[in-house]
Amino acid sequence: MSEAKRQDERVRTRNPLQAALSRPSAGAIIATIIAFLVFTWPLWECVGDAQACTANGFLTPRGISNWLEVAAQVGILAAAVTLLMIGGEFDLSVGSMIGAAGMVLALSIAEFGLDPWMAALVAFGFALVIGALNGWLVTRTGLPSFIVTLGMLFLLRGATIGITRLLTDRTQVGGLREFTDGDMFVQFFAGDLIIGDFSISASVFWWVLVTVVAWWVLTRTTFGNWIFGTGGNATAARNVGVPVRGVKISLFMATAASAALLACIQVFTVASADVLRGEQKELEAIAASVIGGTLLTGGYGSPIGAFFGALMLGMTKVGIPLASIPAEWYFAVLGIVLLVGVLLSNWVRRRGTGVRS
Amino acid sequence: MTTATNPVAESATSSDVPLIEARSLTKYFGNVIAIQDISLEVRAGEVVCLLGDNGAGKSTLIKTLSGVHPPDSGEIVLSGESVHLASPRDALHRGIATVYQDLAMCPLMSVSRNFFLGNEPTKGWGPFKRFDNEAADRIALEEMHRMGIDLRNTSQAVGTLSGGERQSVAIARAVHFGAKVVILDEPTSALGVKEAAIVLRYIVAAQARGLGVILITHNVNHAYPVGERFVILDRGQQIGTFEKEELPREELLKLMGGGAELDKLSHELEEYAAEVEQKGLGNSDVGTPVS
Repeated sequence: MSEAKRQDERVRTRNPLQAALSRPSAGAIIATIIAFLVFTWPLWECVGDAQACTANGFLTPRGISNWLEVAAQVGILAAAVTLLMIGGEFDLSVGSMIGAAGMVLALSIAEFGLDPWMAALVAFGFALVIGALNGWLVTRTGLPSFIVTLGMLFLLRGATIGITRLLTDRTQVGGLREFTDGDMFVQFFAGDLIIGDFSISASVFWWVLVTVVAWWVLTRTTFGNWIFGTGGNATAARNVGVPVRGVKISLFMATAASAALLACIQVFTVASADVLRGEQKELEAIAASVIGGTLLTGGYGSPIGAFFGALMLGMTKVGIPLASIPAEWYFAVLGIVLLVGVLLSNWVRRRGTGVRS
Repeated sequence: MTTATNPVAESATSSDVPLIEARSLTKYFGNVIAIQDISLEVRAGEVVCLLGDNGAGKSTLIKTLSGVHPPDSGEIVLSGESVHLASPRDALHRGIATVYQDLAMCPLMSVSRNFFLGNEPTKGWGPFKRFDNEAADRIALEEMHRMGIDLRNTSQAVGTLSGGERQSVAIARAVHFGAKVVILDEPTSALGVKEAAIVLRYIVAAQARGLGVILITHNVNHAYPVGERFVILDRGQQIGTFEKEELPREELLKLMGGGAELDKLSHELEEYAAEVEQKGLGNSDVGTPVS
């Protein structure tokens, strides 16, 4: 069969570079390399002089662990958000979900005396129910998911603050250390792996794991094909028997679960929960997905791209203050990167897939 | 889902019992009579054309036949057995595949992913059960070749295909998944002359493989070369059913009413274009370039 393919004179052989550029993740990988070069730029002259290389801290073991961890926090969300966006929907409520699930976790431990693993189970259960509710509302009402989850964003944040105040009179729950210290289960979320000078936090491993799972599901399973179909053309998918509603509801549950995972990591790491945790994380996750080549209109995207999108955001967030640029410029830079990233991946997609409009 | 499906071939010879038969189908929408008392039958290896102007009831009829609307009266008989079609999915399982004009494909997905959407081939088991990419590519390419569709590469996005090629992917998919009757909803209406000819060729190929084909169109020029029987609808009523022998093309054009006028217009335009070309009056942005 490949013989026949090769002989077909209508198939242009593309050079490997062009073929690589046709992947949705190409733009994000390029952006990541550019970000890396930009933030290590002051260090280039130091080749051979180890002391100078670590001058601004970006390439020190600590610096690397630092931006990896920041990237991981966005990346865990972005992997799930990417699948949802490929499935043609949005979830703005993940940011509030981080605060809400974290508070459910902390309150379950501190107020209700549950074991950490049981509390984590409750937090995940809570997130899955809210995720399913999001999905149910979107598929039932036919309202844009942007609106439904925007409502859920406010509702969750408000309810989290209100209920926490009612129960504890405060907006933070701290002092979890006495419940979680020495707990093996907690180490899965809060532990660090020490390799030489590097101390890699558990979140980085979760990030890689979630990305690999998302990639596997999307490209190697039947469900992945349904996700593409649901986002690419819901009517066509329904006509050939894809359970479009079920796919969407599962994806909303997945994004909520990713928020709960991040909440567990945060709460166990700092041993406290704050009702305001996760603010704007939903937008960063969407930004990482979009930089990673995922289309807002659905049907196209890549968890690998989202991985690099998140990595780039992490580098930028940590690199800016290290490069002596005031940290408040992060969002301005993020905005520029987002716009350039989208333009780049749009261009790449048009060149790469050759899809006629 | 099994991948080797071709139950069609053996039934091709026993063409006495119609594969699908509509008996006095009637469908109302509120007080609107969408179709009334429509009957038709399709045998294996037959192409039946459903002709009529906009609003004639063609869409309602095919939606009834494909399980979207239950009929208010009348019955649908498949291979001699009266059935109730619960849903499009149900109709599909019973071998009635409908290819809609533009609702069939996801443009950014590859040809083989589109081909197997909803019926993915898998390998492995348990948590390692996965979408079999190689099998999908191979089967899609084979199936397309069997239909005489010379596809370039099944990993390319469907959006890169022309309109006619997209239609043919949808037809090949329907055939592969065991369709005995393929209903084509205006497959040629959005296509250029050459593209339409390609699709018509695939229809003949499907017919040769022993399928029953219902072709919906309002273009007599497309219907006449491939059709063996013509069912003409107007304002929800069945004007008549004609065998090709008893109905010269001109007669069919007359029966079509509005269609005839359009056709006349298209001939006039063709003549005009030829005239322009002949006299060399064509300015550069009209008509085809002359070498």
